[in-house]
Amino acid sequence: MSAFFANLRRLDRRWIFLTVGLLVVVPLLTGFHIAPVLPSARARGFYDAIEKVPPGSTVLLAGDYDPGTIAENYPMHLAVSRHLMRRNIKIIAVELYPGGPPLADQVLHIAGAEYKKREGYDYVNLGYKSGNEAVMSAMGSAGIPRTFPADRSGTPVGQIPVMKGIENFGQIAMIVSVSAGYPGTKEWVQQVVSRYHVPMVAGVTAVSAPEYYPYLQAGQLQGLLGGMAGAAEYEVLVKAPGLATRGMDAQSLAHIFIALMIILGNLAALPQRTPGAKK
Amino acid sequence: MKREIPLLISMAAGIFVLIGFFVPHPAIRDIYDDIQGWVIIVVAFTYVLGMANLLRINTEQIQRRAKDWPYKLALVLSLIATMIVGFFFSRGSHYLDDGTGFSWIYLTFYSSMSSTMFSLLAFFIASAAFRAFRVRSVEALLLAVAALILMIGRVPIGNAIHPAIPQIADWLMEIPQNAAKRGILMGAALGVIATGFRVILGIERTYGEGGGT
Repeated sequence: MSAFFANLRRLDRRWIFLTVGLLVVVPLLTGFHIAPVLPSARARGFYDAIEKVPPGSTVLLAGDYDPGTIAENYPMHLAVSRHLMRRNIKIIAVELYPGGPPLADQVLHIAGAEYKKREGYDYVNLGYKSGNEAVMSAMGSAGIPRTFPADRSGTPVGQIPVMKGIENFGQIAMIVSVSAGYPGTKEWVQQVVSRYHVPMVAGVTAVSAPEYYPYLQAGQLQGLLGGMAGAAEYEVLVKAPGLATRGMDAQSLAHIFIALMIILGNLAALPQRTPGAKK
Repeated sequence: MKREIPLLISMAAGIFVLIGFFVPHPAIRDIYDDIQGWVIIVVAFTYVLGMANLLRINTEQIQRRAKDWPYKLALVLSLIATMIVGFFFSRGSHYLDDGTGFSWIYLTFYSSMSSTMFSLLAFFIASAAFRAFRVRSVEALLLAVAALILMIGRVPIGNAIHPAIPQIADWLMEIPQNAAKRGILMGAALGVIATGFRVILGIERTYGEGGGT
């Protein structure tokens, strides 16, 4: 046993990398299934909030992320687009990350094709605007058409049917924030929810999720999806298992392996720390 | 004057934005909207400034054959090539439309490389966890135990092992974590308020340093 721990202490970290790689890749390639995904209260809150939005109303879908966090944000972005379109809710998409617009286009086109929704009539992507919080604030005070005078392709908002009657947040039934960090969910809460009292739900990266728990507990967020696990829970709720659900088995194995490594690492270090132990 | 004018602009902008947040009167609101419009334009210009700075610094280093200069060369060439493709090879479409060269670069290179960088986290975290969660004190033990519960409780296998694991993970996140996070948020907010007032009142001047006197 002591020889095992001695070897563990000298373990080349590349073996850990290789094992993690295999544990992630094999379930994704083989479809190997470990355990069912059970939705959390946070994901249910997200789902229920969208279920309460009346069909025909308009939702602001903020896709504030770029390809760096595709693995976590894209599945939730796609799932929520599907959910909104399935419920005949109109979507106005905006992005405050320069790399975000093509991803928003992708999810809107995929979901739009599935639910036979027309761009411009049922959804529009207004694209990227620099300015971070100032853009959010301007959308409320100066108005959405003045802040985004044209959509991503350059069509003036006055010529876009889905934008008809949209002036500011007064005509927005809910904000759905899919966020990777700054500017994102926190800024939407601070600049818009606290000021204009628009209901809001958020899907965020796992690493940033703890930051939003106070907003969730205070009721400023009605639901929260954290990372790929949150996205998978939401996919289960909307009955459309996709990228995130497939990734959960890989993530389960990786987490178990890392937990095992932490325990083994401590056991291996134990003899060194025991008083009187030979070094 | 180089110091006083930026100071006055900051003070005026700060005062109007602060008042405009709470007062919806049109007289205030119009100025508030204009200031926000300027912010949006100024932030857009900072991208141009940032790109020019990136080009200047990296070009200098390439000329000096500084350490890792081939990577800097790849960066500069990629930047210029992407700009040329975006500006001149969109075949009459919007540069971001499907099928354009810029869109191809975005999907083929930028998207793949960004995702790869994020994916590397899995390996770094595995290695870091192996070394970082060494139990050297009672506090470190509490941290390691909490980390283990969260790691397992946050994935479906946690519930399969025992239904109590995700429940404990939720409790950890909603009670102790939330309490600590609230404290940090409130402390940070107070700091931001204090700094904001220092800027508005002209006490905080470090942002104007280097502007001459």
